[in-house]
Amino acid sequence: MKFVDEYRSGDVAAHVAEQIAALVEPRRRYKIMEVCGGHTHTIYKHGIEDLLPPEVELVHGPGCPVCVIPMGRQDDAIAIAERPGVIFTTFGDMLRVPASSGSLLDAKARGADVRMVYSPLDALRVARENPDREVVFFAIGFETTAPSTAVTLLRAREDRVRNFSVFANHVTIIPAIRAILGSPDLRLDGFIGPGHVSTVIGLKPYRWIARDHRKPVVVSGFEPLDILQSVYMILQQLAAGRSEVDNQYTRVVRPDGNPRALRAIAETMELRTTFEWRGLGFIAQSALKLRAEFADWDAEVRFDVPGIRVADPKACQCGEVLKGVIKPWECKVFGTACTPDRPIGTCMVSSEGACAAYYNFGRLTRRRNREPASV
Amino acid sequence: MGDTRTEDDVLAAIERRRRRPHFKLMDEHITLSHGAGGKASRALLEALIVRELGNPVLAPLGDHAQLPPAGDLPLALTTDASVVAPIFFPGGDIGELAVNGAVNDLAMGGARPLYLSTSLILEEGLAVADLRRVVQSMAAAARAAGVVIAAGDTKVVERGKADGLYITTTGVGVIEHGRRLGPAQIRPGDRVLLSGTVGDHGMAIMLARGGLELEAALESDTAPLHELAQLLLTASEHVRCMRDPTRGGVATVLNELALAAEVAIVLDELSVPVRPEVTGACELLGIDPLYVANEGKLIAIVAPEDEQAALAALQSHPLGTSAAVVGEVRAEPPGMVVLETAFGGTRVVDMLAGDPLPRIC
Repeated sequence: MKFVDEYRSGDVAAHVAEQIAALVEPRRRYKIMEVCGGHTHTIYKHGIEDLLPPEVELVHGPGCPVCVIPMGRQDDAIAIAERPGVIFTTFGDMLRVPASSGSLLDAKARGADVRMVYSPLDALRVARENPDREVVFFAIGFETTAPSTAVTLLRAREDRVRNFSVFANHVTIIPAIRAILGSPDLRLDGFIGPGHVSTVIGLKPYRWIARDHRKPVVVSGFEPLDILQSVYMILQQLAAGRSEVDNQYTRVVRPDGNPRALRAIAETMELRTTFEWRGLGFIAQSALKLRAEFADWDAEVRFDVPGIRVADPKACQCGEVLKGVIKPWECKVFGTACTPDRPIGTCMVSSEGACAAYYNFGRLTRRRNREPASV
Repeated sequence: MGDTRTEDDVLAAIERRRRRPHFKLMDEHITLSHGAGGKASRALLEALIVRELGNPVLAPLGDHAQLPPAGDLPLALTTDASVVAPIFFPGGDIGELAVNGAVNDLAMGGARPLYLSTSLILEEGLAVADLRRVVQSMAAAARAAGVVIAAGDTKVVERGKADGLYITTTGVGVIEHGRRLGPAQIRPGDRVLLSGTVGDHGMAIMLARGGLELEAALESDTAPLHELAQLLLTASEHVRCMRDPTRGGVATVLNELALAAEVAIVLDELSVPVRPEVTGACELLGIDPLYVANEGKLIAIVAPEDEQAALAALQSHPLGTSAAVVGEVRAEPPGMVVLETAFGGTRVVDMLAGDPLPRIC
């Protein structure tokens, strides 16, 4: 397929892999974190680790929007969904996230009207088509999806759609990276920066990472060659002793981001003083809520949500996985008590979650590296 | 951490778990996952239905059951329910799908389809013109497949208790080839053949449901596969096993075969035929075409020496023009499906957890 196959060429990949191998200093270990869950998914789906020399280790970061939602918020979502008269709309991934008493899919089986949508605008359309029902959109995601929620809110206000509201759980990426860099048990050499977030926020917000922490950041696209090239660009910086914010995804990301999208977010949403992240705990100014002007469309204002903080299941080590401190397989319940069909932690639910990606696609990679004879 | 498990220990534990013969059914309610063809479907089937209904004829859980011979030849029996929405879609409708579904389940074991019985569950308010159109297409599909619809039943339920129209079909065929077909015949070295492009049906339905604001000229591939299956059996003495990758797609069927035969199946991503429209729609929706349903494709496992003869036989039929050898069977790692990616890496192709798609068959 045009504009996809070009970025998946095995021949070009082999060439880049050679160049990467040539840059690696013998006996030096390189730990590179891909911040974004979309990158984690691509890495496992295309078997990118097979093309990297053993010295280069990819560490999976916190940028999976489904994974970072704490259980209490999922409980709140289900409480809203189970109110009589509500149509609860959500991205598909959130359907299977376990809450205190089952998932949204279980709530649906118990009778709640839960519908999967691909965009908040679809949810607004459901509201128009069902004027006698309350339609709620479960908004999740980083700066990538916040603009579409913002645009939907602006349209709802403009068209005076009164039976529509948003349960806002948008989070911002920079505080999460800050939390990871502050984590004492992790030594990283560089970051593969999130591509789609950067289309919105641009490159400037990462500068402190390169300046204060001396770590290269390369904002990357989502095709396998994008990621391989980004690894190469990071190794180039490390070899030259540089640490800069570089842009591999120039076909989409502008240095200043998308000012219109940022304006739409600023018009409809503002920073929360604090927000709980699954496994990472409370992080100041790390999430967005609706502005007071949009209270009429704010599900948290319109509905009585329990808002109770629920501790993560004891066995679940999603936090360590999200911070890159442990590999998915090192979690005590990985693959036994926690599997994609019966997940305990969020990282096992989303296709962007490190545990799900490793379980579904990657279970073989390392075994293959160790035993070249098999497969 | 006090935990000394190595990565290999963890992977081995997962494999032991994956291969437990009886999945547990721990859910309190039926969810859409139980209908998606993946792990939850398997758990429902093994832990509830087979446990309650179990008998030696049902136990192999093939596409059809082989009945003890009543005369000279063994009979094949199968049944299939169709709940697709919408009932009319590009490339077919629920009636054609219901007939082809039963015909193909018979054909995959090499049986010659003979008779069908059908039951129609109609929702109050269904347009008679729509029903007539569906039944006419059942009649046409039966003629095309050379089967007689010999018995039937009709029930009407109140508005809201069904979605327009559901159809079940039961098929009887006769097994004339006298060969052993099935996962137990699969050996390392065997080749995996696919009769055409993957994902056409599932994506056609997905787009026909609307709401995605995606447009592509995609049609369901619903078709009877009995001729293709017969051609294959004639061309090759060493066909090990045939399956039609419907719900759950190619990935699910190959996982079932790999687990049942205790072999590895290694797919070559570049050789799996996929229409560009299907690739495009799947990319946009984040769906892997290997998991998307087909209604007119077959997977055949054949001995390596028959690879070319079998491929030529498939390609000689209009339904098999884009047939390809897509992979091979290896000894290690047993029970797993592995994909060699176009990019030069390797990954696991596991059974699906959950439901990526709405009702498609």
